[in-house]
Amino acid sequence: MLIFALAACSPAAESASAAAPSPQRVIQNKGSDTLVNLALAWAEAYRQVNPDLLIAVTGGGSGTGIASLINRTVDIANVSRHIKEAEIAAAHANGVEPTEFIVAIDALAIVVNLANPVSELTIDQLSAIFTGQVDNWKEVGGNDAPIILLSRETNSGTHVYFLEEVVRKGDPESKAIFAPDTLLMPSSVGITSEIRRNPNAIGYDGLGYVDPAHEKLIAVAAEAGLPYVMPTVATGMDGSYPIARPLYMYTAGQPAGAVAEYLNWIQGPQGQQIVAELGFVPLAAP
Amino acid sequence: MLKTEQVASLPAAHPAPAARRRRSGEWWIEQLIRGAGLSTIVIIGLIFLFLLREGLPAFVRISPLNLLGVRWYPIEELYGLLPLLVGSLLVTVGAVVIAVPLGLITAIYLGEIAPLWQRELLKPLIEVLAGIPSIVLGFLGWVALAPLVQQAGAPTGLTAFTGALILAYMSLPTIISISEDALYAVPKEYRDAALAIGATEWQTIWRVVVPAARSGIVIATVLGIGRAIGETMAVMMVTGNAANIPALATGMFFQPVRTMTATIAAEMGEVAQGSLHYQALFAIGIVLFLLTFAINSLASMLIGGGKQQRSNQL
Repeated sequence: MLIFALAACSPAAESASAAAPSPQRVIQNKGSDTLVNLALAWAEAYRQVNPDLLIAVTGGGSGTGIASLINRTVDIANVSRHIKEAEIAAAHANGVEPTEFIVAIDALAIVVNLANPVSELTIDQLSAIFTGQVDNWKEVGGNDAPIILLSRETNSGTHVYFLEEVVRKGDPESKAIFAPDTLLMPSSVGITSEIRRNPNAIGYDGLGYVDPAHEKLIAVAAEAGLPYVMPTVATGMDGSYPIARPLYMYTAGQPAGAVAEYLNWIQGPQGQQIVAELGFVPLAAP
Repeated sequence: MLKTEQVASLPAAHPAPAARRRRSGEWWIEQLIRGAGLSTIVIIGLIFLFLLREGLPAFVRISPLNLLGVRWYPIEELYGLLPLLVGSLLVTVGAVVIAVPLGLITAIYLGEIAPLWQRELLKPLIEVLAGIPSIVLGFLGWVALAPLVQQAGAPTGLTAFTGALILAYMSLPTIISISEDALYAVPKEYRDAALAIGATEWQTIWRVVVPAARSGIVIATVLGIGRAIGETMAVMMVTGNAANIPALATGMFFQPVRTMTATIAAEMGEVAQGSLHYQALFAIGIVLFLLTFAINSLASMLIGGGKQQRSNQL
């Protein structure tokens, strides 16, 4: 009954605010921590395009963003992986049709401490390292020291992407999972700070979050024998770097009005310029 | 004339409006006090019912073999509670082993040895320690303590030991103030008698005062455990959150662990309501509730036993 009443009055409220002299609308934008800095930069730059629009950006993880979209508490969910079947089902059960927009491409950088002599790894080696089959750096050409594994928490889209594309090497049949002694960090900052102070740690993070002055980036080869490729905007765009993924924004149903204009602007040249500035890979050359 | 006036002024059959108001006001206040008293019981009952409603299905839907397994990895529906239980126990036991001797010694110093001016300086400072938000201690542990633990030879600074150190400092104020109260409650005659028969000050403290305050010290320990096992944020920041069971060895405290509280906090934001993962997290809540309930019951049992002991001794 209450839901009915709310649904009935929301279009009326919207048209009322549209009729007001200075229509100030708020777009709620929440989700992936990978996307949060990018989303903030977009929101800030968009203030100049449309000063009356407020865009509130919060992180919390891709799963959190989609859960909020399903509960109708946000307008746009930032997600660093593809939406799951279970989430689509939950959305439909709640009367929400998630609509997908690719907004940028993220290359996932493998990072180690600056003092680590290892500089090249294959996907096979990475998988062996993160499943715990290889637990000493000397087995992959490094010092005789234990490997300390760092990962994001399981609610992170980055975690799921890394699990599917690296740990399981893209094989949907694979049931391989992270070694039990993998340290699960609640944030990207947790990974970078541990990488900087622990000479034996290895972790992964979005290219936009990596600072080559303080962390060493590993060149990755899709298979042994293929060339090792450093993660950069260029190698992400031409597809030669093997661990790159699209980043998404999801809306409930087809967006209209301010939300549609905002998404359009993000995918346009101005939005993609910001993508490149923050170290992510733009959809097309800006 | 006079008589009739007096009769009229007496509130015989109908009480004056003012008096009635007072009486009904009292009734309301009584109800309010009773309500406040009972609300605690009602709320605890409701919390437990809610926990059971949300968490019990997990014990049915997840096979016991899975629940007793050694892997916690919700993405693959692996819900082994053992590593989380071991993680919580390691951190808590570590905290108690550090905090109880330190707290007891501080309490002895404050109560028995320190001059008055020192005591007046130290006691408020200890209360300040109790008031520091746990997140601040966690941040301190992450930035300052973890690198030290790593330099000391641990494979990483984020270990059960780091968590135990932070928790020890969080439970210290509780342990100190309750132990000190217990020492203070020991009758002065005990000390006088011990000193009179030639015991040194140290012998008096160690052989007479501390044993007489034993029950209070045990209660302080138990309450310290309760404080440590329920802490979340600080622990999440410094223990590394690896759902791993460290091998039984001397280095086991220097391994990363994942506690029950940190698991609930880290994963609750993501789960869909009513899903298996959601119920599994509430199942952890039930285990945690039962553990703290057992610890609190132990404490009240010891308080009861303590009084008897004291009167027997007298």
